[in-house]
Amino acid sequence: MSAHSEAVDHIDGATTKAFIAVWFALLFMTGVEVLLAYEQIPVLIFLTALVGLSVIKAALIIAYFMHLRFEKLSLFLTLFPMLILCIILMLVMFMPDSSRLMMMRPR
Amino acid sequence: MSQGNSAATLTSVWTGGRSPYAVNSKKFGMWLFIISDSLTFSAMLMAYTYVRLSTPNWPTPFHFFPSVIFSTVMTFCLLSSSLTMVMGVHAMNHGRRKAAVGWILATMLGGASFVALHLTEWLNLINNEHVKPFENPWGVPLFGGTFFALTGLHMTHVVIGLIYLGIIAFAVSRGKFKAEDVEVSGLYWHFVDLVWMFIFPLVYLMSAKI
Repeated sequence: MSAHSEAVDHIDGATTKAFIAVWFALLFMTGVEVLLAYEQIPVLIFLTALVGLSVIKAALIIAYFMHLRFEKLSLFLTLFPMLILCIILMLVMFMPDSSRLMMMRPR
Repeated sequence: MSQGNSAATLTSVWTGGRSPYAVNSKKFGMWLFIISDSLTFSAMLMAYTYVRLSTPNWPTPFHFFPSVIFSTVMTFCLLSSSLTMVMGVHAMNHGRRKAAVGWILATMLGGASFVALHLTEWLNLINNEHVKPFENPWGVPLFGGTFFALTGLHMTHVVIGLIYLGIIAFAVSRGKFKAEDVEVSGLYWHFVDLVWMFIFPLVYLMSAKI
């Protein structure tokens, strides 16, 4: 490998092999999600697995495909804590109310 | 400045200089757009979840075939297009413009397949299940409103992404644009893929059980 190519690989931070491995992992997790939807498992476990797998898939896409893992930590710290905080605030504001309405449904 | 201060500056842990994030302005701008668009989609996903939880008899017209099968294939198309996009960025970083154009065109094929399948799925819901944006047989108008708004906004992003990638591919093939421009378009495309990773389970898979 030439010196230039090595330098570019360093900038890329990841190899083709890593990208394909991530792609397979994403496909596998999607398959698991579909499988779980048609398996007889408790709803709470199903929902937890679904949310968990979706978050892991999103993290893999951000880290490897969007290269954030290979960027400076300052970029991550500027962008993501604020985003996560806003999402948590939305959850805290709206989800208890929607759950309350669900409990108030006529049975 | 004294010699001591000068030496301290040279050995400072602050290495950002004029570019504290060590990314170019286009890339940083795209990241800021992605974060703000994430909040838009978060709000829409929460709106969908809210009305779904709070509405009795929420319709679930997503049968295994065609809805879940189609949406799973759509997920495959988007994930594969993300892989081809990252390959395109990689090729461009190595100065292989022709290969980069090929990978970007492959990405566009994945995106176009996604849109075609999604429109087929929409037409199935409209024609066979009689789901319209503001009315449906179950008398829950919010279902159509939130479903079409959420998936429609996402599909709009995919279509904009296809146009964006088309422009990038055309320019790269003519020797214009740098690797960073392809990378920035890649960031947008991966974001579109990322959002679908939440829409797919929330809208389609949850309907299979709840």
